[in-house]
Amino acid sequence: MDLTDTEDERDFRLRLRDWLRRTLPTLPPPPPAHDWPARRAYDCGWQRALYDAGYAGLHWPTEAGGHGATPAVHLIFLEETERAGAPYVGANFVGLLHAGPTIAAEGTPAQRARWLPAILRGDEVWCQGFSEPEAGSDLAALRTWAVREDDTYVVTGSKIWTSHAEVADWCELLVRTDSAAPRHKGISWLAMPMSAPGVTVRPLRTLAGSTEFAELVLDRVSVPVGHRVGEENDGWRVSMVTLSFERGTAFAGEVVACRRTLADMARTARDNGRWDDSSLRRRLGRLNAQFTALWRMTQWHACAGDAPRTGAAAVSGSVFKLLYSHARQELYDTAADLLGPAALDAGHPWTAARLSSLSYTIAAGTSQIQQNIIAERGLGLPKGR
Amino acid sequence: MDFRPTSDQQALRATARRFLAARFPRDRLRRTVDADAAAGADDRLDRGLWRALGEAGFFSLRLPEKEGGAGLGMPEAVLVFEEAGRALVPGPMAATHVAAGLVPGAADGAAVVTALDGPGVVEHLASADAVLLTGGPTVHVLPAGRGPRPAPDLPTTVPLRPLDPTTPLHRIPGPLPGDAGQRLTGTDAQQLRLHATLLTAAQQLGSAARTLDMAVEHARNRKQFGRPIGAFQAVQHVCSRMLARTDLARSGVYAASVTMTVSEVSAAKLLADEAAVRNARDCLQLHGGMGFSWEADVHLHLKRAWVRREQWQPPAQAEELLALALLDDGGIAPRNV
Ligand SMILES: Cc1cc2nc3c(=O)[nH]c(=O)nc-3n(C[C@H](O)[C@H](O)[C@H](O)COP(=O)(O)OP(=O)(O)OC[C@H]3O[C@@H](n4cnc5c(N)ncnc54)[C@H](O)[C@@H]3O)c2cc1C
Repeated sequence: MDLTDTEDERDFRLRLRDWLRRTLPTLPPPPPAHDWPARRAYDCGWQRALYDAGYAGLHWPTEAGGHGATPAVHLIFLEETERAGAPYVGANFVGLLHAGPTIAAEGTPAQRARWLPAILRGDEVWCQGFSEPEAGSDLAALRTWAVREDDTYVVTGSKIWTSHAEVADWCELLVRTDSAAPRHKGISWLAMPMSAPGVTVRPLRTLAGSTEFAELVLDRVSVPVGHRVGEENDGWRVSMVTLSFERGTAFAGEVVACRRTLADMARTARDNGRWDDSSLRRRLGRLNAQFTALWRMTQWHACAGDAPRTGAAAVSGSVFKLLYSHARQELYDTAADLLGPAALDAGHPWTAARLSSLSYTIAAGTSQIQQNIIAERGLGLPKGR
Repeated sequence: MDFRPTSDQQALRATARRFLAARFPRDRLRRTVDADAAAGADDRLDRGLWRALGEAGFFSLRLPEKEGGAGLGMPEAVLVFEEAGRALVPGPMAATHVAAGLVPGAADGAAVVTALDGPGVVEHLASADAVLLTGGPTVHVLPAGRGPRPAPDLPTTVPLRPLDPTTPLHRIPGPLPGDAGQRLTGTDAQQLRLHATLLTAAQQLGSAARTLDMAVEHARNRKQFGRPIGAFQAVQHVCSRMLARTDLARSGVYAASVTMTVSEVSAAKLLADEAAVRNARDCLQLHGGMGFSWEADVHLHLKRAWVRREQWQPPAQAEELLALALLDDGGIAPRNV
């Protein structure tokens, strides 16, 4: 068990730190929270800066346009960027953290060449079209269907809660390609251009008032057969690869950001007098333990090779996601107690974060679903009912 | 960075598990429970077992080889203490381990060394040869032993009716004499406390992992309404949270064994205490009426977890330390650069 940097890791850390010190002050001011086009531009600008400096797709395989770095180096990247207060992946979440990795793992060389460089450069933004009005937790109940006509799929149906759909160029889309097959056996994973005729995006408001997600109505949308990643009707397996990236690694950087927030909270408490309340202090101390250990768990999973590359979703991703989503909610509930009446101002960043934290136990598989997965696949308990 | 245990570390853990299965199997635990329950605070810790633990290296493994140790570090110590916690080995394991090399006989298990970490309670006083006083800036050692006043240098010692049948306790009501016993020069009290705290956390982790296994096994086998109770989601979700809690504590304990920073050790203890206590309670609940019986082992894990929780940095103290650490460095500075 070794947690120290190797010489290479240390060099990498120091070089990155230096680059961040020089680069972050040159960034434009962050855009207003609810202005999605401006946020897209900002997030993509940051991604472009990373790309130009050689930090994009660090741990992606070289044949996917990445640098083939070890998971340890990737974690150092997350640690240093978050610690320095660098921008969040934002609109590039899907592309960088799960659609891109899925294409890297399952795509053909031509597909990798078509989509991955654009993701890494921050040129193209992706969204995720998995959930449907009748298929949420029970994702395999999805009905959006595709009919094959020569070398195109004609897709009809609807998707819901699609984050960043308004500003996305591509959608990782799950469709039914064989309605006669058992439900898990008739699904395919397609890359759909959002500009295709027949795609309608209807923004939906979140409880925070933002149009962060949308409903997609798909009316005879043509998608070339060459845009299918994986075999026809093998999309369920491919989607499990996507979900394993989404649950396993996508939130790792946020743990570091939460630790930074926690330290800010402690300083705020000291300044506003709440520090004298031992029950509040002890909650902060407890959160410190949780987030410290969550970060160590991330390192453990990365070193144990649990960070997914291919194959079935690792149970460890569900364990992490379950713990992290609840810890994040506790973090911002504690922030509210610390702020007192000031927490009733929805403009306060911690209040905004408190609202958004409510989605963490729902999106990317609810806490109940994570617990089902842990029980059945991690502990070998009989299939639940 | 490579956080995985090395193959040597994995082999060490496996050896410890085999050793404990042979030397301290369940029927041995149960006999100890029944004997101790009858004896109350006047226990006699099994000296043969203590010596065997000593010979197997449980106390000496971090001493240099020229002092009869194995020259290993805290990561290895934590792995074998986790196994001891799984098996519910009784006795002041952490205190004797940190006394190795300081108190004659501790390293090879010839002596039983217990500890008093500030005012409060002390375990296995009647069996101990020595008591470490670790609550102050310097570490002192007092002779102890059998007899009406097991530790003559301590002000008063009041035997308790022990909550955990295999952990007899004495209460020390008054303040400790600052200059009692012999001062151990060249010993860093803070380091010694850190080591003992983390070793206790490792035992809690082992107990948490064991009650998780017991709960899952029971959930697979016990049938009600025509199916294993583990098919009921309410039961499954309890088990899932037990696993998540255990994994979080394990990440904390193993990381702390590598970094040995004050805040990581506190985090490890806090999370391992919570995992041990809550897993034991969940395990008890899932066993139904049997969980409330003396016959099942669940209560032994719960009671031991309650005792260990109060030893070497109880949760309130750990939380306060962790809160303070947030003001120091934000808690996020990587320490390895
Ligand atoms: C902010 C946000 C962003 C999102 N972004 C996207 C996106 O970009 N793309 C996308 O495809 N989807 C997205 N989603 C959708 C998300 O994946 C689903 O909301 C989620 O999977 C739950 O599905 P549902 O909403 O249909 O709830 P339901 O499945 O109807 O669940 C309702 C309740 O029932 C419980 N439940 C359901 N089944 C079980 C069971 N078997 N056992 C126990 N309890 C059960 C759930 O835990 C939940 O509490 C997003 C959601 C949110 C909140």
